[in-house]
Amino acid sequence: MQQPRGLQVINVDKVYPTRSGNLQALARISLTVPPGEFVCAIGPSGCGKTSLLYILAGLEMPTSGQVLVDGQPVAGTEPSRVLLFQEAALFPWLAVEDNIEFGLKMKSLSRAARRATTQRLLQMVHLEPFADAWVHELSGGMKQRVALARALAVDPAILLLDEPFGALDAITRELLHDELQELWMRMGKTIVFVTHNVREAVVLGDRVVVFSPRPGRILADHRVDLPRPRHIDDPDIAELARRISADLLLSQDVEPA
Amino acid sequence: MSSRPEASPHVPPRPARRSPRVWVRRAVFLLAVLALWEILARSGWWPDYIFPAPSEVLLALAAGFQQGTYPVGIMGSLGRLIEGYLIATVIGLSLGLLMAQQRWLKETLGMLVMGLQALPSICWLPLALLWFGLNPEAILFVVVMGSVLAIAQATEDGVRNTAPIYLRAARNLGARGWQLYPYVILPAALPSIISGMKLGWSFAWRSLLAGELLYALPGLGNLLLMGRELNDMAQVMAVMLVIIVLGLLTDQLVFGVLERRVRDRWGLLRR
Repeated sequence: MQQPRGLQVINVDKVYPTRSGNLQALARISLTVPPGEFVCAIGPSGCGKTSLLYILAGLEMPTSGQVLVDGQPVAGTEPSRVLLFQEAALFPWLAVEDNIEFGLKMKSLSRAARRATTQRLLQMVHLEPFADAWVHELSGGMKQRVALARALAVDPAILLLDEPFGALDAITRELLHDELQELWMRMGKTIVFVTHNVREAVVLGDRVVVFSPRPGRILADHRVDLPRPRHIDDPDIAELARRISADLLLSQDVEPA
Repeated sequence: MSSRPEASPHVPPRPARRSPRVWVRRAVFLLAVLALWEILARSGWWPDYIFPAPSEVLLALAAGFQQGTYPVGIMGSLGRLIEGYLIATVIGLSLGLLMAQQRWLKETLGMLVMGLQALPSICWLPLALLWFGLNPEAILFVVVMGSVLAIAQATEDGVRNTAPIYLRAARNLGARGWQLYPYVILPAALPSIISGMKLGWSFAWRSLLAGELLYALPGLGNLLLMGRELNDMAQVMAVMLVIIVLGLLTDQLVFGVLERRVRDRWGLLRR
């Protein structure tokens, strides 16, 4: 298994040219994530969190500044840093197991090797009976599990998650919180998880980084020293979430804790 | 790891099968039309050779198959159709991919493709006869021109409208350069490509028959012409029937099946 890697974001700015002038999404973001840490980034909608993840994934380039992975500058996207999209972004022309195998197929792995990994991951995300299902036959939570399995199949050193549970109902979301924590404790990957839900951030993260409204800057950086596995209804979680929400008082788009 | 079952997968309900009553209604309607036709034809208002009865058409049909003229005609036409359609598909797919790939090609060649689509393909026949002479290639050219543009345009459309998120996800998972085409861009564009190919097939079919009617080659168009020259309307109608059935069969069996498979896969609603 890949060793987790550290991330270093140095003075990153992101500006998008639009018809009505330039739009600054990120302003002077600096952030260091040690190998194996689970960091949650939280902020109101449109604060540039997604832009930051795209930059970390190498799908977009910063306007200025730099991203280093274990000291090496990021140039382009690669499967050592996999992004889980908000909409799961599964391929509707492929069955569930072929979706999971996608990254391995791109590496030209033999069919037998691919099937072995896929079997293991299907089991891990509790979707063995759905190996042959089509994407549209899955519920929202199942889609995100397939997306997680598809990401883990290429054994990334860093996992980037963009509000993956945002569209799910509360019960499914809590279930996936448990599963993600367990996976992380077992596999120890570096994770950057973006959300606009303060409690979700506190449940999952070793650290919660708070973003301002656009242009996104880092307002605060909280450590979460609570024992795992954590649950969204733990009183300590609620208490810390309340304090972090106070940081965000000015931005109204954040779900209250 | 806990294993709590989550909501069962959501499978959209399949549309109810058409009730048998619809088929009864259709059968009754068709029988009524045939009966009316037979009565009108036998009334003696028009001579047989102008307005034959359905029974005569049926006899002509049987005779045509028995004497082997229809099978020969069908094979001739279908052979030409398939040849032209395959050429059109290869050219159309490549042209569509190129236009989707290069903006300047879309802006220049794309304009030409759009413009030429306004021209009924049979209008190419005079030119084709000049270029290729009195040869089967002239008709082949008309068939290709009939379907290539529709296929190119649908391919271009489908490829250009590939959701960017699929491309991002694929690149992020390690797909590089050429791999994007077979594994992402073409499968994502497949629904659009299939409807373009279906349209292209029916254009090819129309172009072929128009061509065969104007320029005699062994084929269904030629059988229609022969019927007219012999004042044998029963033969003409029998051949028309053959043409309708062939068109319906390919539409339903080949393209219908393909479209249904793609829709089931993607979970697209049926119209």
